[in-house]
Formats: sequence, structure tokens, C-alpha cells
Amino acid sequence: MTDTARQQRLSRPFDPFDFMARYGTLIALVLLILFNLVFTRNFATTQTLNVNLTQVCTIVIVAVGMTLVIATGGIDLSVGSLMAISGALAPMIFLGKIVPIENIYLAVTAAMIISIGVAGLFGLFNGWLIAKFRIQPIVATLVLFIAGRGIAQVMTNGNLQTFRVPQFQWIGLGRILGIPVQVVLMALLVIAAAWILKRTVFGRQIIAIGGNERAAALSGIAVSKVKLVVYAISGLCAGIAGLIVIAINSSSDANLVGMGMELDAIAAVAVGGTLLSGGKATIIGTLLGAMTIQLVRYTLLANGVPDAAALVVKAGIIVLAVWIQQQGRRA
Amino acid sequence: MTRARLISLLGSYGVVLALLLLILFGWARYDYFLGFFNISSVLRYNAMFALVALGMCFVIMTGGIDLSVGSTAALGSVVAALASPQGAWTGLGAGVGAGLCVGFINAILVTRLKIMPFVATLAMMLAASGTALLLADNQSVSVSYESGFTSIGQDNFLGFPIPAWIAIVAYVIGWLILNFTSTGRGVLAVGGNEDATRLMGLPADRIKFLVYLASGGLAGLAGVILASQFGAGQPIEGVGWELFAIAAVVVGGTLLTGGVGSVGATLAGVLLLGILFNVLNFENGKGWISLSAYWQSVIRGLFLLVVVILQAKLSSRGSVAARDY
Repeated sequence: MTDTARQQRLSRPFDPFDFMARYGTLIALVLLILFNLVFTRNFATTQTLNVNLTQVCTIVIVAVGMTLVIATGGIDLSVGSLMAISGALAPMIFLGKIVPIENIYLAVTAAMIISIGVAGLFGLFNGWLIAKFRIQPIVATLVLFIAGRGIAQVMTNGNLQTFRVPQFQWIGLGRILGIPVQVVLMALLVIAAAWILKRTVFGRQIIAIGGNERAAALSGIAVSKVKLVVYAISGLCAGIAGLIVIAINSSSDANLVGMGMELDAIAAVAVGGTLLSGGKATIIGTLLGAMTIQLVRYTLLANGVPDAAALVVKAGIIVLAVWIQQQGRRA
Repeated sequence: MTRARLISLLGSYGVVLALLLLILFGWARYDYFLGFFNISSVLRYNAMFALVALGMCFVIMTGGIDLSVGSTAALGSVVAALASPQGAWTGLGAGVGAGLCVGFINAILVTRLKIMPFVATLAMMLAASGTALLLADNQSVSVSYESGFTSIGQDNFLGFPIPAWIAIVAYVIGWLILNFTSTGRGVLAVGGNEDATRLMGLPADRIKFLVYLASGGLAGLAGVILASQFGAGQPIEGVGWELFAIAAVVVGGTLLTGGVGSVGATLAGVLLLGILFNVLNFENGKGWISLSAYWQSVIRGLFLLVVVILQAKLSSRGSVAARDY
């Protein structure tokens, strides 16, 4: 922030909406943690931390890709289906259903790279529809939302694939220095994406496109290329999340993997303070948003409120968060 | 005739043409395709989707979107099932009323709090689904078989399934409203250019309010049919209905940007996607190829893909000048 901007900010009277729009999610998260420390039994344990972190991991990973997409003013409805595709493909490879591979490490590596790569390619396909044909993102990604899960179901014939392959399941069950592997993965992705968005030309181009696509194009940004990459990243993130989910479950069910994930991810992004119309994005906000939603759900469940009621509360939080942001922006 | 009108005509008649071709194909290839039993079962089953898509069509024409229709239908089915012992009409009214409540909240969120339709209806999707699960205690709710409630979904009237009659009446009313009332023309005006509509003095907010209310009510009605057809209110049904409805509306040539749309073409879109599945079943019955049910979503997706690419090509050729870039 430049000095003049800071002065302007300081000279303005205090605006509660602006303040809430900036720090509301963080405050909510802190309040939730305080509430739980007082009222929820066994809250301050590593087990609680691990349960919450592992549950929020896949949502955050998908939401990181979603944040970039939304920052360009787009949306990606296909993430859940892409999770199902990568989740269906990986076991087929490391169980040797397509080509038998002798060495298990080789098989697992190939499975991971190929299935994440395929998800990335489908993401690229989304980007291609949006950039080349100028199809609205919501419609373009609706195609794979519908067809993607079908592809995963056709691949596995709708059957459940069960497996016990520790080498693969390491990404869902293993630990590095006592920290679950998927949490490390999530942290790395969050840091990388935050860095890209804040510190790289590519990141600034994403924001510029979301702010005013025409101006961005006129100022020489290769809009189509940026969009292609952003949707491909979203696909890759979904692919990774799909693998984590099946690794935790020791099984892959194409009918269920990633079901409803697009909405969870969008909710996390919205609560985190990224504008859904594009042009302003925060990865850390998305992380906080996902954690807030998760912690609200945990708090309610831990205190005996049924899961269904937690859904209603979640809806209220989303509306409230977006409304506060809008008030802040108007002021 | 302006080019924009030509394109909208092409979009509308394209889907009708495709529907006719598909029916012709089915008639020529399968023995019982146009048999009474098949026609009435296709219509009976797709009537719910038709109702949801009608509401969606109006919302989309104003430039909005309603993601809550699927869980609103689920809520409607639960409420209707709970009220069904009091009689068929009470069940019907309760289900539609529940849908109207959701639609009302959507409308308030969108028109008063100015929350983007996408977010507002996404939140209501969660809220309606949660409410349905709470009311149903996480399981399906059996309807009363004594009160005559099940005849709404299962009986015929003049040899035609009652759900199909309901859908036909709804579409006729929708068509009349869109084409012959000032509110209907206002729907298209709001979707075309909301600011201009306001400046012309049209009640843009009231129009938007009404379309979300109607969409909720129609989704509730679809829920009533669901409960009555399957004998139970189903809190976890309706997942993905909203996107199926959007797909049907888009296949029907209605632009998601709003301002252009047709009620008849939306019906054709619903029937096209429904009959596509029916044809797949017949084809499997023939035994030439064996495609699992899972292919239906792949084929629907491909179909949507072809339609949106064609639409994009047509509209970019037709109105380059009208586009921003």
C-alpha cells in the first residue's frame, strides 16, 4: 500500500462494514476457536486438530484452484466430477487393470501422475471452451459436471474399487514429521497459489482479467492463455483432491467421490472474501473461509446439533459473509 | 427480421427439429416406442423436470439463476408427504407452499439484499436441503395411501398421466404470461438490460421477485409429484436437478445471459434430454449394443457440449457488433 493510499484510509471515518469485510472471517474463526475452547470438551487436543484439518484438506485444495478461476470472473462446476475421474483412474492403474506393472512404486507413481494429469487435461478442456468459444464458464463447466461423473462411472462400470496399497494411501494416511501428508500438501498448494497471486505477473494478470476483461485484453494480456492455465490448474487441484479422498477411504466409488464438492469450494471462496464477480482474490481468505465453515460444522456436531441443521447454519453464514462484503465494497 | 431474431428462431427451432428427428428415429427403430405405455411413462416421469425447468427458464431469462430448485423439490416432497394424510389437496398445497417459501427467501435475498443470484440460491439450496432432512428425520417419509394423495402422480385423466396435465397447464400459463402480459415482456427486458429497464420505469425488482417466487413454487409442485409418484417424500432426492434444468433450458436455446428465451423450446429441451435416455433404454433392449445407464450422463453432457458450441458459433457470427469484444 502506498503512503497516499494509507493516508486516505486513515483520514476516512471508521467504516464497520469495510472492517468486517476485511477481517470478518478471521474474527469469526478466532471467536469460534474461543467458543470451542470454553464449551466443547476435548477441543484443545491434537486429535481434534487432525480431524478438522484432514476433513478440510480436500475442500481447501479444490478451493485454491477455484479461487484462481473465480478471480478471473469465472466458475468451475466440474471439480467434483473431475475428482471422481482421477479417483476412478488411479486404482485402475496401480491395481494393474489397464497394464500390469510389476514394481508397485512405479505403478503408484504412474497412477498419481496420469490421473492428476488427466484431470488437468479436462480442466484445460474447460478453459478451451471458455476461451475459444466464449461460452459462459457456468455452462461450459456444466458439460463436464454432467459428463465427467458419467465418464468415471463408465470407466469403472459403476463398481466400487477397493484396495489396500500403503504406498499409494500414504498421501491420505501417511505423516511427515507427525503432520498428515495431505495437510502438508494443502499447505504447499496454499503457499504456492498465494505467492502466484501476489507476486507473479501471471497472478496480477488473473486479477486484471477478473477486474475488467476488455481492459486487460487491450493492455496486452493474453486473456485466452491465462484462462486456459487457470482452468487447467483447477483441474489439477481437483485431481489431487480426488486421490486424497480415495486414499483415505481405501476405496473408490465413482458415484460418490467429490459429490457436491463444487458447492463446498465455492462457499469457502465466497466466505473467504474473494469477490465472486472476479477482480479481487485472496488464497489465505479461502483457507480461512474453508476452516470457518468446517469449524462451524464441527462445533455444531460436537455440541449435539444434527448435521442437517448445520447445513442451514452454513447457508446463513454464506449469505451473511457475502452481504457484509457487499456493504464494505459499496462504502 | 433482425439477425438477433433469426438466431433466436434458429435456436428455438433447432431443438424442436432435433426432438422430432429423435422421435422419428425411435419410431422407425423400435416397435413400442410410440406405444401408449412408453409415451405415458416418459411423460409421467419427465413432468417433474419440466416444471422445474419452466421456473428455471423464467429466472434465466431475467439474467439470474436458481440453484436451489433441486433441494426445494426435495423439501416440497417431504412437506407434501407429511401433510398427505390430511388429503390430496392439503398435501399439494403444503408442498407448493414450502416451495413458495424458499422462492420467497430467494427473492428477498436477490432483490432486497442485492446478493448475486448464484450465491443466494446456492445458500438456499443448502438451507432447503437441511430443512428437508430435519423435517424428515434423515429418512424418506411414506405418504398416506388412503387420502388419495398418490393419485396426483400415479393416475390418469382422460387417458393421460395427471403429472403431464399439470406440466402442460403450467407451460401454457407460462407461455401466455411471457408473451401476452406486461410482466412477461418485463422479464425479457430485465434480462436484456436491467438498468435500461429501470430507467424506462418498469418495476425490475418486482419482476425479479416474481420469477424467483414462481421458480420456488414450481419446484415445490415438482416435489409434490415426486412424493406422490414414488409414494414417499425424499429429502435426498433432487441432487443435480438444478443443473439438469439449466441444461434443458440451454438446450432449448435460452441464453444464460438473459433477455432471450422461449417457454416452448424449454419444454422441447426437457423432452429431448428425457427421450435421449428412453432411446438408450430401447437400444439396450434390442441387444445390438449394451450401454450401461451410466452412459446417459456422458451422452447428455456431449449433447449439451454440441448445443453450446453451436450456440456460441451462431451468436458470434450473428451479433459481433453487439458484443463487448
